[in-house]
Amino acid sequence: MVNRVVIAGGGQSALQVGISLRRRGFEGSIAMYSDEPALPYQRPPLSKSYLAAAAADAAALAFRAPEFYEKLGIEVHLSVPVTAIDRAGRRVELGTGETVGYDALVLATGARPQRLGLPGEELEQVHVLRSAADAERLRRRLRPRTRLVVVGGGYLGLEAAAAARQQGAEVTLLEALPRVMSRVTGTRVATFLTDLHRSKGVEIRTEAVAVRIDAVAEGGVLVVLADGDEISCDEVLVAVGVVPNVGLAEGCGLPVDNGIVVDEHGQTEDPAIFASGDCTNHPNPVLGQRMRLESVHNAVEQAKAVAATIVGESQPYAQVPWFYSDQYDVKLQTVGLFQGADRVVLRGAPAEGHFAVLYLVGDRVVAVDAINSPREFVLGRKLLAEAPDGAVPLIEWPEADGDAAGAAQMIMPA
Amino acid sequence: MPKITYIDHSDQRYELEVPNGKTIMEGAVENAVPGVDGDCGGQCSCATCHVYIDSRYAHLLPEKTTVEKEMLELAVEVTDDSRLGCRLTVDESYDGMVVHTPESQF
Repeated sequence: MVNRVVIAGGGQSALQVGISLRRRGFEGSIAMYSDEPALPYQRPPLSKSYLAAAAADAAALAFRAPEFYEKLGIEVHLSVPVTAIDRAGRRVELGTGETVGYDALVLATGARPQRLGLPGEELEQVHVLRSAADAERLRRRLRPRTRLVVVGGGYLGLEAAAAARQQGAEVTLLEALPRVMSRVTGTRVATFLTDLHRSKGVEIRTEAVAVRIDAVAEGGVLVVLADGDEISCDEVLVAVGVVPNVGLAEGCGLPVDNGIVVDEHGQTEDPAIFASGDCTNHPNPVLGQRMRLESVHNAVEQAKAVAATIVGESQPYAQVPWFYSDQYDVKLQTVGLFQGADRVVLRGAPAEGHFAVLYLVGDRVVAVDAINSPREFVLGRKLLAEAPDGAVPLIEWPEADGDAAGAAQMIMPA
Repeated sequence: MPKITYIDHSDQRYELEVPNGKTIMEGAVENAVPGVDGDCGGQCSCATCHVYIDSRYAHLLPEKTTVEKEMLELAVEVTDDSRLGCRLTVDESYDGMVVHTPESQF
């Protein structure tokens, strides 16, 4: 019988575990320990609207007001991280030195920014972007004509580049690989976004590898590239992915492999310990593979599975992943994983800024990128969710309709 | 502060004061009204803030944008009264409004 739930972490997944436990009628204690100073808040806007805003309001990012936690009986301890786990004694040690017992422990520890490990990365002009404090620090330094170098052309780097342009900053984006977003989308969407950013004045340099950051007089820095080129700027944002926070799990001997290893219920090999969100390596029963995801959808749905299991019910986490990004006035919505696709179907009108790419493995659709085309995203989410293995024969996929220029549907190599 | 009454699928009523500038979605989730999730935090990306607003209040609401219309297709049991709560920002004119929440978002 579980009476005491302890949650290590204070992000979206941690919060959702608490909410879902109460929704399922859990009446025991729920105590959340967060290393952050603020109640759980939304991270996605940090690289988007928050960073682009003239006057940012950190309080507006909070998911819930303080009264909510009281009402639901969720204890939140801010700036008090869990520092160690005693599995045999079912206790956790806190940053304060105290220990607390648990019947069920949820590790919702999230991820931290990957560092490059370059000389000069510790300079105060070099930023990362994960927490509200990171975002506020960067936002305050973005002024018209601030010269910003963004290292990394993934979701975060591109979103931040867009927000910085909206602040009037001059932005150079460095991508080490031949194109941006290689981990998360195919060449069509990457090309569209590259063109979009260039049209907005961002200088995108691919196959550009930073090797050193030097401080220079007048407060600026010099980003030195592998080819010897040097870029003079005021601020640098390192946005090269995240590392899952697995230290607590590792420290108590739980299996870790690019994330805390859990099953489809979010359970680790210790039946009293669960993990949820960005920090997990979990199986996706629909897609038949293990994965680690960084997304709102994953944070929320995995938390629901964990809460169900804790109260003795079962709601395995088995869903086709989805993601979104906002850059300038472009909304990118993605469902499914595009990797492994050998052909694509292009629908709509890229030249007009709205289109969708269906990704095919053989003759079946496995993923959809929708650019300013919510209907294509909605269709994709519905159809892929209903398919037992998350793939739908192209022949069963509805035609594009209406103003999506249904005529422009072309099959081509991926 | 505008008073808004949320009624969940089991007819439980929640009479709440929702500050101007908050959305109908935020008013529900911040007060733990069942039936509204608001997973994406109001980015119009997830369709988990589906609510029903009686047509007698329709004149107070903004027109549905294309994005809202298309995202609503993800919701279950959509009717003419269906809206996404994150698209509706509360002001004084919303005082007295009644919002029904669905049994579940999916």
